Amino acid sequence: MQKIGVFVCHCGTNIAGTVNIDEVVENAKHEPGVKYVAEYPYMCSEAGQSMVQKAIDEHDLSGIVISACSPRMHETTFRRAAARTKLNPFMLEMANIREQCSWVHKDKEEATNKAHALTRAAIAKVHHNTPLFPGESPVTKRALVIGGGIAGVSCALDIAEAGFVVDIVESTPSIGGKMAQLDKTFPTLDCSACILTPKMVDAQFHENINIHTYSEIESVEGFVGDFTITIRKKARSVDMKKCTGCGACYDKCPIKKIPGEFDEGLGMRTAIYTPFAQAIPNVPVIDREHCLKFKTGKCGLCETVCAPDAIDFEQEDELITEKYGAVIIATGITPISLDKFGEYAYTSPDVITSLEFERMTNAAGPTKGELIRISDKKKPKSITFIQCVGSRDVAVRSKTYCSKICCMYTAKHAMLVKDKYPDIEVNVFYIDVRTPGKNFDEFYRRAVEEYGVNYIKGQVGKVVDNGDSLWIQAVDMLDNKQIKTKTDLIVLATAIEPVKSVRNIAGMLSASIDTNNFMTEAHPKLKPVESPTAGVFLAGACQGPKDIPETVAGAGATAAKVIGLLAKDKLITNPCIADLDPYYCNGCSACEKVCPYGAISYEDTEINDHGKKAIRRIAVINKALCQGCGACVVTCPSGAMDLLGFSNRQITAEVDAICR
Amino acid sequence: MVFSYYPGCTLKTQAKELDRLARNSAKVLGIILEEVEDWQCCGAVYPLGTDEIATKLASVRVLKEAAKKGQPLVTLCAACTHVIKRVNDDMKNNGDIRRKVNKYMEEEADYKGETEVLHLIEVINKYIGFDKLKEYVKNPLTGRKIGAYYGCMLLRPSSVMAFDDPENPTIFEKFIKALGADPVIYPYRNECCGGYISLKEKDRVKEMVATIKENAKHNGAEQLITACPLCLYNLKQISCRDLNIDYLTEILAEALGITYNSEEEVSYAYSK
Repeated sequence: MQKIGVFVCHCGTNIAGTVNIDEVVENAKHEPGVKYVAEYPYMCSEAGQSMVQKAIDEHDLSGIVISACSPRMHETTFRRAAARTKLNPFMLEMANIREQCSWVHKDKEEATNKAHALTRAAIAKVHHNTPLFPGESPVTKRALVIGGGIAGVSCALDIAEAGFVVDIVESTPSIGGKMAQLDKTFPTLDCSACILTPKMVDAQFHENINIHTYSEIESVEGFVGDFTITIRKKARSVDMKKCTGCGACYDKCPIKKIPGEFDEGLGMRTAIYTPFAQAIPNVPVIDREHCLKFKTGKCGLCETVCAPDAIDFEQEDELITEKYGAVIIATGITPISLDKFGEYAYTSPDVITSLEFERMTNAAGPTKGELIRISDKKKPKSITFIQCVGSRDVAVRSKTYCSKICCMYTAKHAMLVKDKYPDIEVNVFYIDVRTPGKNFDEFYRRAVEEYGVNYIKGQVGKVVDNGDSLWIQAVDMLDNKQIKTKTDLIVLATAIEPVKSVRNIAGMLSASIDTNNFMTEAHPKLKPVESPTAGVFLAGACQGPKDIPETVAGAGATAAKVIGLLAKDKLITNPCIADLDPYYCNGCSACEKVCPYGAISYEDTEINDHGKKAIRRIAVINKALCQGCGACVVTCPSGAMDLLGFSNRQITAEVDAICR
Repeated sequence: MVFSYYPGCTLKTQAKELDRLARNSAKVLGIILEEVEDWQCCGAVYPLGTDEIATKLASVRVLKEAAKKGQPLVTLCAACTHVIKRVNDDMKNNGDIRRKVNKYMEEEADYKGETEVLHLIEVINKYIGFDKLKEYVKNPLTGRKIGAYYGCMLLRPSSVMAFDDPENPTIFEKFIKALGADPVIYPYRNECCGGYISLKEKDRVKEMVATIKENAKHNGAEQLITACPLCLYNLKQISCRDLNIDYLTEILAEALGITYNSEEEVSYAYSK
């Protein structure tokens, strides 16, 4: 018979506000095997933990139940406390009377009854607990960063500086991401390229960093500390080792009218191209969809002019398989599609998105920094910025969240226009101006007060392209009147969303994703850079809208967590894994088929069944691979498979206790 | 192809031509419209009171009649289409309204939104196709510059009406093109004409209609077509010499070559 101690936590008023603690304590005392019951306002505090430890020693307890919060919250805390005594930490069970009881119920009597039932179940389970001993698993001291934007690059640099090898996988031909497309950055107005490109170069030449551009994740196997990941390096059609980056190929390419992705379609690129002058690596890619050689078999001009003979039309995709200890998702964001926003007349050449505006004001952009209307190449006399296009709206086409960066970049754009062309009239339509952040509100005030940008509180209902000008129909909410006005150029502060490919990547890594396709953190406050899946970390705007300073700060935090993991030589594994009773196993293979981790195989083994020896084919569990999901346990037709820590006996005892 | 047909009150009074030309055109196209027996006014305005069911009953009765025959329900008036489609959506997707209405009606079988509600133009699009419609055209409207005026009621709320893209609709333009004319796309084709405000603030309606007509003319339209009697009424509140306003069935009948002497005395000269 076990000697069980029960510890009931008030969690301040979190539990005690809805659950009658005295009653739970009193009821627990009458449960079989319970030798000691105590309550305390904060059981997880130092004093509470000491109380548990003292009770284990003084009353010689063989098992304990903590009636408190979710095991996700504090099971580890209390197991550590138990480990400081003679008790095996797996002789401890949590009864969740907070998240699954006091927080979700209003009626005190019902909540108290439920708290008692949950405590009773945990006591019944502890009766069947057995000491368990964790194993160890190795840690591959190498990290993989998915996404080569500012988040991925700065995270990789921080990890590499700590002495670990990092690979960056980037789907486009160059690292740099969205930040490389920007002109100036708020609120200091320093040039984006000037602060980003040195970091890109640092990453390129860092001895611990390998960059795979034009590459994607093909498959993922394994788990924390021991991921095996295959990367598909798409055929670049250019030999990276031979290419010198001279540019003769794209100068000669006859296909010159492909809307360039980097210039948001405002500028044209060739079929063999590097996305921008400072691209890293400075090695072109052949866009096989548009290349004449691939389409018709004729041309091959680039091959003719390439002095180092780097063009390789026969090149094929290459698969690289590597082991990693940690994976960082840093896939970033992209503006939403405006197909469903017909009222803004985005089909008009003079209605552009903010990212297109960045390219237009950028000295290296398609207009060399000159602000013009695309339709007639004339300088606009008035520009109108429309904020919250697709943000903060519950309609199906829109995003419910605030895209966060638009208020600041719109103020930046308005200010840049006024600074360069003081005669241009600048209007901004907004719902609210949201500028929390260091020196942010001052920046916005400057746009209004020093530069005379006209901010109008209200939404635009319709934009009409009338050829020589654009008509706007809007509402001024402060003046409570309809506005009908003309403007020459409209810039839409388009909502941002995670890149589409993130769903697939998250799926391969079993990392969770929210309804907006943003990555979910393991804990929104206390584990802000970890995904709920061990060994998978998050960086940058794949988690939610972020500006550059926030992204870099977050990426540093991610790097710290990754370094903490990679610095370990071994990881302690969870002992709650599948356990086979060889006498019952008939080798039917049912468990092998359902195991998602490939942890089950079969071996001919000699079984001594009550003195009768026989060779039988039975299941063998790979303890390093098993994650304790329990799929094999419920599948096994002969009841040979069980889950340590969650055995059939334990679960049945819990159910019996609840139904009692 | 046999369909249940709901003309609605306006088509029996102010907009008789919309009704008669539609029936005659449909006949030519092989569409048989069977008028629902004992139909009542749809209410003309979709009842926004969520706990109000009495105002939805007339629509439900019509929908149910069509369901009994297993036929899609065809409408013509934009307001009727709007009200009946939305009530049908309530019956399909709002359990509370469905329960209350069926309880009130006390009929044997419950109605659960089974009937498909279609505007005539949707019937042509879905069951004939605009490419096929071309083959029926005897008198192509070559060279005519016709703008479609959609108004609001056919398009919004788009999730329920499922008529076309509410911001950039194209179905009427495809229809105009099939009849041999040149469709004129102008940005104000889906702006509100003012609707029932014309009862109270005629000047406001005139202002709104003027913007729409100016925009249509600016883009080269010589004629506007609409499916809505109220839009037509409002659009005619200000005169505009070079811009005729007609029902879509009028150009359809004209292109199909339906003349005065057809069996139901088609008064084709209306509003010319």
